[in-house]
Amino acid sequence: MSENRGAAVRYESVQKSYDGETLVVKNLNLDIARGEFLTMLGPSGSGKTTCLMMLAGFEPATHGEIYLNDNPINNVPPHKRGIGMVFQNYALFPHMSVAENLAFPLQVRGMSKSEQEAKVNRALDMVELGTFGSRRPAQLSGGQQQRVAVARALVFDPELVLMDEPLGALDKQLREQMQYEIKHIHEHLGVTIVYVTHDQTEALTMSDRVAVFNDGVIQQLSAPDVLYESPQNSFVAQFIGENNKLNGTVTEVSGSECTVEVAGGIKLRADPVNITGVGGKTTLSLRPERVELQPENQMDNMVDGKIEELIYLGDHIRVRMNVADNKEFVVKVRNRGERRKIAKGDIVQIGWAAGDCKALDVVE
Amino acid sequence: MSSTNEDHVSNGTMPDDGIMRAADGTPLKQRLAKALRREKLRSFLLIAPLLLFILLTFVAPIADMLFRSVENNIVEDTIPRTVEALAQWDPEYDQLPDEAVFKALHDDLQIAVAERIHTRLGSRLNYESSGMSGLFRKTGRRIKRMDEGDYKAQFIAADKDWGDLETWRVIRRFSAPYTAGYFLSAADAERTSEGIELKPENERVYLMLFGRTLTMSIAITISCLLLGFPIAYLLAHLPLKTSNMLMILVLLPFWTSLLVRTSAWKVLLQQQGVINDFLVWIRLIDDANRLVMINNQTGTIIAMTHILLPFMILPLFSVMKTIAPYYVRAAKSLGANDWTAFWRVYFPQTVPGIGAGAILVFILSIGYYITPELVGGTSGIFISNRIAYHISSSLNWGLAAALGTILLALVMLLFYLYDKIVGIDNVKLG
Repeated sequence: MSENRGAAVRYESVQKSYDGETLVVKNLNLDIARGEFLTMLGPSGSGKTTCLMMLAGFEPATHGEIYLNDNPINNVPPHKRGIGMVFQNYALFPHMSVAENLAFPLQVRGMSKSEQEAKVNRALDMVELGTFGSRRPAQLSGGQQQRVAVARALVFDPELVLMDEPLGALDKQLREQMQYEIKHIHEHLGVTIVYVTHDQTEALTMSDRVAVFNDGVIQQLSAPDVLYESPQNSFVAQFIGENNKLNGTVTEVSGSECTVEVAGGIKLRADPVNITGVGGKTTLSLRPERVELQPENQMDNMVDGKIEELIYLGDHIRVRMNVADNKEFVVKVRNRGERRKIAKGDIVQIGWAAGDCKALDVVE
Repeated sequence: MSSTNEDHVSNGTMPDDGIMRAADGTPLKQRLAKALRREKLRSFLLIAPLLLFILLTFVAPIADMLFRSVENNIVEDTIPRTVEALAQWDPEYDQLPDEAVFKALHDDLQIAVAERIHTRLGSRLNYESSGMSGLFRKTGRRIKRMDEGDYKAQFIAADKDWGDLETWRVIRRFSAPYTAGYFLSAADAERTSEGIELKPENERVYLMLFGRTLTMSIAITISCLLLGFPIAYLLAHLPLKTSNMLMILVLLPFWTSLLVRTSAWKVLLQQQGVINDFLVWIRLIDDANRLVMINNQTGTIIAMTHILLPFMILPLFSVMKTIAPYYVRAAKSLGANDWTAFWRVYFPQTVPGIGAGAILVFILSIGYYITPELVGGTSGIFISNRIAYHISSSLNWGLAAALGTILLALVMLLFYLYDKIVGIDNVKLG
């Protein structure tokens, strides 16, 4: 335990069950460093929000202990934890003005009126809503409400801020803008942020580290680029980004490479990340942009495929192909201005490097 | 609809008077009204049956009833000639009306007696001055035996009250087709020779009753709120299955007869009743000092709180149901303890429900009749019991109507004040 000293948050063997029959969170161990932006990413029902609620104190852990700055907090009520929180629906108090909303955490801490005012104004300026103090939340747009919610969670200078899908209700453009703003606020203030989302783009854009949740277990905890480049299992590979999968059997393992035989007797070379050994089933994972259409040079893997569909998307062309009995095999071809003579129904050669193809646990 | 292009073209040729115009040059507002007219007509036809029903069965009877509070045609209708002759007479002048008036009265009464309506006039005037009923009945029996000539002496011989100036002043005062008399009585006031004055202390009853009705209604509303708020909170926060079960218990009183429920309270609250027996049994009170909880204000407040409680719980419940749980969570995450989170964040959001419930309970209780009648005794009755008495026992409908009108005006006034202070748009039933 001593090596974990200094972590802002530590989950230690935390389990959670609502009904006493199934575990929503299974044996969670997680350290969050001070000043880190950590995102809990996963599909709905994966246990990520439950983890956040246990940290906030709204759900008791069934087993295990959560530490905040090395102090166990299982028996500390939410209002004494000093954690700022941004809720999914903002949870701005509708009967109070924006300024009153922001002053609320300061009032309950018994701060003087002048101090309150100074802090509220500073927080409003931070989210560029300086003149909106007297408005009611209902008079603000979604994006503005969102900023107020962020400002309210930060106004009492908490060391840790939790965000529960805070951008879920915003439209795409606003969501992207807010992602950058939250990221900048984090960099500026240096607070620890634990962020929950099911949107992988959001997770990749903002986080220092991402914990991918599924079925109550952290599938992988890595920096965004590692998560995308080196997924540890098929779930992560498919949840983060677009992914082609080919099922096959491992026929040979040699050092940093293995050979996998897929449908049609095609043998492919891949990076053995998560396989059981020779003879074991595996699922190959391959990013669409790593596949070369009609490669000019020799590549580790070269196969033929039939073009099923072409979709023009401006910056790239999506080519859906039938490769090794997989009709959903997608290749992204960058639009470089050259005119490729390809059409639906053509049989063309494609190729990719062995290192870009990950042999992972099998999924049907 | 014309295209944007056409609009541009025609706009150029149109007078530039600042009025928005449609493509054909008619003002846009006029055009819009025409387009909406069909729709309006259709909606009106849809509600027309209900509107008619309400007009016939609700608005018209109430208007008629309210009108009775000032209407006073009976005197003019029964003794029209007398009223006409009496118009010449100066009531301030200390002399009886002249022979012509007595002759007119004789003629009028002869017809009235034949139609047997003179006693009704007697009862009507009796409200204003006691003794009038007997006077008319007595005179009615004698009228046939009167001879022609010198009616004045014959009337006074029939009843010496006809020689009293006050009798004539009353007839004269109430011969107008409209009167404020009912309203004056309803406000415990009367018209004397010195103008309008309050009645002597021992005759005042209605002001006290109005006051009691208001204070007791407020007490009932407050106790409904105190009892209903926690239940509504519980209902709104329990799992759906349990809360549905409890909701049935809340609604149960609606499905049992009001009379049964009120009678049940009689059984429970009376001195030899269940509650007193129990308290004596656990030796909390002495057998000799059993509590008096019925036939007084306590009984009325207890029984009416029970009966009106659902009207407080239901709006509160439906408002609480809409308050998302994350508000209280947010408050706690911001550092508020349970009480502060409740009081500063949860409670203010229930105010629309409290407003709706309080208005409902208050307005219902201010006009409540049956429960105070059964468990109120004499000290626990409401103004509506008095109104009912005048409708069905004393048959003084005019006074009943005046009391009803005052009650209605009072409710309207309170409603207006509520709107000014709390705002009627703050009331939510769900």
